[in-house]
Amino acid sequence: MIDEVIGSASAIAKGLSITLKEMLSPTVTEDYPDAPPKFQERFRGRHVLERDEYGLEKCVACFLCAAACPADCIYIAAEENTDRVRISGGERYASVYNIDYNRCIFCGYCVEACPTDAITHGHGFELAAYETSALILRKEQMLVPVPEGVKPPVIKEPAPAGH
Amino acid sequence: MNFFLLSLIKVGLVAAVLMTTLAYLQWVERKVIAHIQLRVGPSRVGPHGLLQPLADVIKLITKEDLIPAHVNKFFYLMAPILAVALALTSISVIPFGPQINVFGVETYMQLTDLNIGVLVLLAISGLSVYGIALAGWASNNKYALLGGLRASAQMISYELPLALAIASPLLLHNSLSLREIVNAQDGYYFGFLARWAIFQMPMPQIFAFILFMIGAFAETNRIPFDLPEAENELVAGFHTEYSSMKFAAFFMAEYANMITICALATILFLGGWHPPFPVELGSGYVPSAIFGMAAAIALFHGLNPARPKDRFTLPVFAIAFFGLAIAFAIPVLNSILLPLFWFASKTGFLLFLFIWVRGTLPRFRYDQLMRFAWAWLFPVSVVHLFATGLLVALYSN
Repeated sequence: MIDEVIGSASAIAKGLSITLKEMLSPTVTEDYPDAPPKFQERFRGRHVLERDEYGLEKCVACFLCAAACPADCIYIAAEENTDRVRISGGERYASVYNIDYNRCIFCGYCVEACPTDAITHGHGFELAAYETSALILRKEQMLVPVPEGVKPPVIKEPAPAGH
Repeated sequence: MNFFLLSLIKVGLVAAVLMTTLAYLQWVERKVIAHIQLRVGPSRVGPHGLLQPLADVIKLITKEDLIPAHVNKFFYLMAPILAVALALTSISVIPFGPQINVFGVETYMQLTDLNIGVLVLLAISGLSVYGIALAGWASNNKYALLGGLRASAQMISYELPLALAIASPLLLHNSLSLREIVNAQDGYYFGFLARWAIFQMPMPQIFAFILFMIGAFAETNRIPFDLPEAENELVAGFHTEYSSMKFAAFFMAEYANMITICALATILFLGGWHPPFPVELGSGYVPSAIFGMAAAIALFHGLNPARPKDRFTLPVFAIAFFGLAIAFAIPVLNSILLPLFWFASKTGFLLFLFIWVRGTLPRFRYDQLMRFAWAWLFPVSVVHLFATGLLVALYSN
């Protein structure tokens, strides 16, 4: 009986010491609205369209991502690169690249399908909008900026009048 | 000074302090539990969530005050009033400090000194089970009824060991007046060991203190004895059908009971407002040192902030703590502040123990609870009472 009492008392004391230790150790709560949250590298957030080392778009408008997409949320319009207008490193480039985030399920198939690693998952997650039309993101909204110290690619100029 | 005016001032002061403590005890509890679970706790309302109690009060007042159709209206409304009124009454006999002199007025830091103060406290805590049992019965709800039944059975069972644990220090102090009891614990053995009841010869009451604390946990329906409101079996137990301020009344009653019972433990076992070691060894400088240290820690963490907001809030706390440290160093205020400090810190530690245990232990099963009370706690406290009586009788001859 005495053993039982001492045993239970020491068990309670052990429990209390553990909780005291936990109390004094730093918290793991993220301070989200006040500070940016931490993500795993593999987190699949808002898509990012990448550029290569010359500042050209990696996307060559091959439509593989659109074909892989189970939600059918990627819309691409392709156009030919010319000597005057060079947007991507390949033969064609995407003049329109829309992702409809009303439909996107963040499965990552588009990223897996991409042969040039043009489309990747970023860590953006604040996607809420007041209207569904705001959830259709255009290429310009997803494209990474031109890296520092790189000559910007040729910007598509409007066709001269008379042609 | 006029007796009525003086009493009115004291009642106002005690009520204000008690209400603030009630509200902030909840904040402290939520913070401590959160940190035990590696969370932050309330942090959105005000700096470090300090305005959370205010927000809670506003929320509880403005909630819809629902009276279900199937209740016994009279008793249903009486139960929360009874619970909170009894819980708040019992603070009136608790002495917080010795006789003091404020602007030439001599008074005791106590609302009223009854020569049967201990009995009054026991009687009120015995009555407070009516609030809970009535709430459970009047709600006309199975869960509430079970909660009320459990509460009455549990509180009556634990009242016995609690009363017996109180009886043994009374044998030493030879008085029922709470102020006399504290005065009997004045002085030191060998010049440094306080004559608190838990150290007092001929029978140190350390076991009675442990028994009392176990009984106190059960009496205030706190984890691990919170069977009356075991949420995973009984929804919310006896207050399932209560909303708005009626729910808040039960909430306040629970916390007020906690404060009272911790104050009682401080008075009976921990020497009330007497410092743990004599003034000659420098106990008068302890508060200043503690608050100074707190200020230094707050300042350090404010300069190396874990969160961006801490850079502004923690230095403010540091200044506040530093101000307290200075206040305790002023000789004029010492006679009032020092006893209050020791009383509040002992009571505060016991309250922290309540919260700490809540964050540690799981709930008892109901049969374990009853067996523990009747087959273990009760016999042990009877034996302890007899042993104390025997030693006191031998010692006094």
